[in-house]
Amino acid sequence: MPKGNSKDKSYKPILPGTNAWPVVQLSKNRKQFIAKVIEEALNKIKDATPGRQSLREELESTLYQEKLRIKQNPWRVDPQDDYRFWEQVKNDLVELATEHEARKQEEEILHRIVSRYANEIAGNFKKTRYQFTREMVKFGFARLLNATRVKRFGAFFRNEYTLKDKIQVTGKAKQLRKLAKRGTVVMVPTHFSNLDSILIGWIIHVLGMPAFIYGAGLNLFNIKIFAYFMNSLGAYKVDRRKKNSIYLETLKMYSNLAIQEGAHSLFFPGGTRSRSGEIENSLKLGLLGTAMEAQRSIYMKHPNGEGKKIFIVPVTINYNFVLEAPSLIHEHLERQGAEKYYVESDEYSTSYNMIKFLIKFFTKGSDISVSIGCGMDLLGNYVDDEGNSIDQHGRFINTRDYFTSNGEITADKQREEEYTRRLSQIIVKEYHKINRVFASHLVAFIAFNLWRKQYNKLDLYDFLRLPEEEMVINYDVFRSHFKKVRKQIFKLKKENKVNVAAHLKGNIDDVIKLGIDNVGMYHSKRPLLTDKAGNIITKDLNTLYYYHNRMNGYDLKKHI
Amino acid sequence: MTSKSTSKKPVGVIGAGSFGSAIANILAEKSEVLLYARDSNTVKKIAENKENRGHKLHTNVTPTGDLSYLANACDIIFPIVPSSAFRSMMQQLSPYLHPYHILIHGTKGLDISLPPGETIDSTPSLTRENIRTMSEVIMDESVVIRVGCLAGPNLAKEMAANHPAATVVASRYKEVIREGEKLLRNDRFQVYGNNDLIGIELAGVLKNIIAIASGALSGLGLGENAKGLLISRGMVEMIHLGKAMGGEVEAFVGLAGIGDLVTTCNSTLSRNFTVGHRLAKGETLEEILADMEEVAEGVNTVRIAKKFIDTAKLRAPITEALHEVLFDGLTVDKALQMLMRYPYNVDIDFL
Repeated sequence: MPKGNSKDKSYKPILPGTNAWPVVQLSKNRKQFIAKVIEEALNKIKDATPGRQSLREELESTLYQEKLRIKQNPWRVDPQDDYRFWEQVKNDLVELATEHEARKQEEEILHRIVSRYANEIAGNFKKTRYQFTREMVKFGFARLLNATRVKRFGAFFRNEYTLKDKIQVTGKAKQLRKLAKRGTVVMVPTHFSNLDSILIGWIIHVLGMPAFIYGAGLNLFNIKIFAYFMNSLGAYKVDRRKKNSIYLETLKMYSNLAIQEGAHSLFFPGGTRSRSGEIENSLKLGLLGTAMEAQRSIYMKHPNGEGKKIFIVPVTINYNFVLEAPSLIHEHLERQGAEKYYVESDEYSTSYNMIKFLIKFFTKGSDISVSIGCGMDLLGNYVDDEGNSIDQHGRFINTRDYFTSNGEITADKQREEEYTRRLSQIIVKEYHKINRVFASHLVAFIAFNLWRKQYNKLDLYDFLRLPEEEMVINYDVFRSHFKKVRKQIFKLKKENKVNVAAHLKGNIDDVIKLGIDNVGMYHSKRPLLTDKAGNIITKDLNTLYYYHNRMNGYDLKKHI
Repeated sequence: MTSKSTSKKPVGVIGAGSFGSAIANILAEKSEVLLYARDSNTVKKIAENKENRGHKLHTNVTPTGDLSYLANACDIIFPIVPSSAFRSMMQQLSPYLHPYHILIHGTKGLDISLPPGETIDSTPSLTRENIRTMSEVIMDESVVIRVGCLAGPNLAKEMAANHPAATVVASRYKEVIREGEKLLRNDRFQVYGNNDLIGIELAGVLKNIIAIASGALSGLGLGENAKGLLISRGMVEMIHLGKAMGGEVEAFVGLAGIGDLVTTCNSTLSRNFTVGHRLAKGETLEEILADMEEVAEGVNTVRIAKKFIDTAKLRAPITEALHEVLFDGLTVDKALQMLMRYPYNVDIDFL
């Protein structure tokens, strides 16, 4: 397992030229592919709405939700004719209102809606753009890094520091490359920051793998510069405002068919960024389910045992500092506090804001670590480097057998839902296992809990409103608790329940200092500081709470 | 796709005890059945006489002593062996199992998995992770995940006598419930489905505790009022424990809960009931267990439940009292006095 500095390691591309990339193939046949998505999605929706009324009801509720969206939450990226299109649907439905048997016309309307959605979702990968963007990202980031790290005139054009210094990739990188050659990889990272997708994109490139496709929030396309990047990275568009089932079926079919075509994919299975700062503990099953369906379809289409296997690869990303932390935790508390209706917000609405964010991140952000987990099949069995599934006793398993009953591969929706639910639980466990504990997470966890214990009569909200000036922890008290919990973490590490960053092992005072210096280091109000007497203080309990949450799920609280 | 499998494979049953044999007979009405017995003499006897433990076996039942043969021949297998032997049976069976297998077990007991060197008596605590239901044992030991269980009032002797009865097939997979129903259902045997596998398993398991207590009451010659009291309070206790161990309330108020409870608490055919009855007549646990032909799962369940109660800091007065009777020499009379003085008077607090 490559640890720490991976600067000198460079990986050759696993495919000779970009022409062989599945995503390139997909974009070459874009038209046919979209046509196929439309056809299959239509069939699926039609099958699901057999009754005389059910399709009509589906259309009407979709129309209603879409009109509401246009009125209440319009985005710049929405097409000009949005209003007109749905007005037309409305008129057509009104005309059908008196007719009893209008299945044919209804299906025609459905077809119109599905093709509109499919065309909206579809990505538009451009090889030349991808290459250009990649170089630009590399160049730009390197410039920023060097200019800020080495405060010297002329440093801007030096190459002393590269992204690889800043980003540590640990775990099963080599296996990932092998699996990408053998089958189709579905990478499922944790999601804390908007930076994650760019980061993962970069890592995929560094590891010499072809571009992955992934569903990017439509709000990111509001920003022109970002839209450019996204379009060139094989992204397809996911509009989280649209929750109607016609849209969701089309979206899922897109992902399903792309995976079947062999396009490596990237899902953030948590759905959106973790608001609380916790590692995801429940996952969205929708997109994950498309991988399950794709695998079963592949097996059905290749009864003789061929057909590509799909591999799930969990990834955790660790930051000392998440730029969005204050706003994320604010949203989290607001949501938890009062079950308010929540509008999917669009916080980086201009290119300017986005660039500001990126610059701040790359000039200020401290080290980032990305841990790549062991590949699994769709049932959560680990696979070896050749892609063979292995059970807990070291025996080979044929994944095909999970979809077999009475000797035949069968499509069983409920079974696949249950498998997907099971897979998601295994992924969550795996996240906790491969997560690398940073000193900064640990200091936040300990400080927050020490204060929380002191005011345990207050509920969380009253506690968070306490004046920060009154919060002080004596350094020696802090140190003894830190020691105890760190010991526990090393114990967990031995049991293979968590991973730790190398820096956590050093001299305890150094580790504490490192943690406090790094936790949320560039927030205007620091979550943790030491005062003149060396005691621990805070300037912002909310962000402290955020960083502390990262250590949830390990049952560590009882050690404080 | 329900009626497609007419040229189907045989169905497997593992364990030729009285319940295993009864299930094999029901299955045999529709399918070829392979019945596994550990003891080669039993295999021989069944093969020669088509008879086991005094019960006639259906002509479609073929005995075998070979687990690998059974696993290869059957896609659907019903393991019905005592909980104390379940894990080792699964370990032997596991190498021959594949993910296409469906396992529906009929064992109403618990297994415990402790760190090496610990026993139930020596371990300081017993958490839910240490306690394994049979479906969890199946998944611990093999690659099979399409797992289900049978539960409900199924007294083997009555089933053998062809009296009408019903069972619950519980599984998280509709497919498993469907297959179970297809194989088991006939004019005298009704099958219900439930998706709370853990809840249904626990209902069947915890019921055995109350069954012992009920036997004890009847052994003392107490009347129907006392029995009504026990069954309803026992129900509350089962739900209380069952929820703490991950079941839903609903599982306990159905056939596998109330249905099974009422049956076992009234029946001298039940082994667990018999244990309680003889205890009340003054016999010791050793004496009783020494001459019982088959396992009374309730005894072991009381032991596990007691340790779990202590660890989780719950109160379960019937289980606690029974534990003292079984293992600490308290008389049934004294235990009853203790329960009657128990300061608790809310009737229903789980709905």
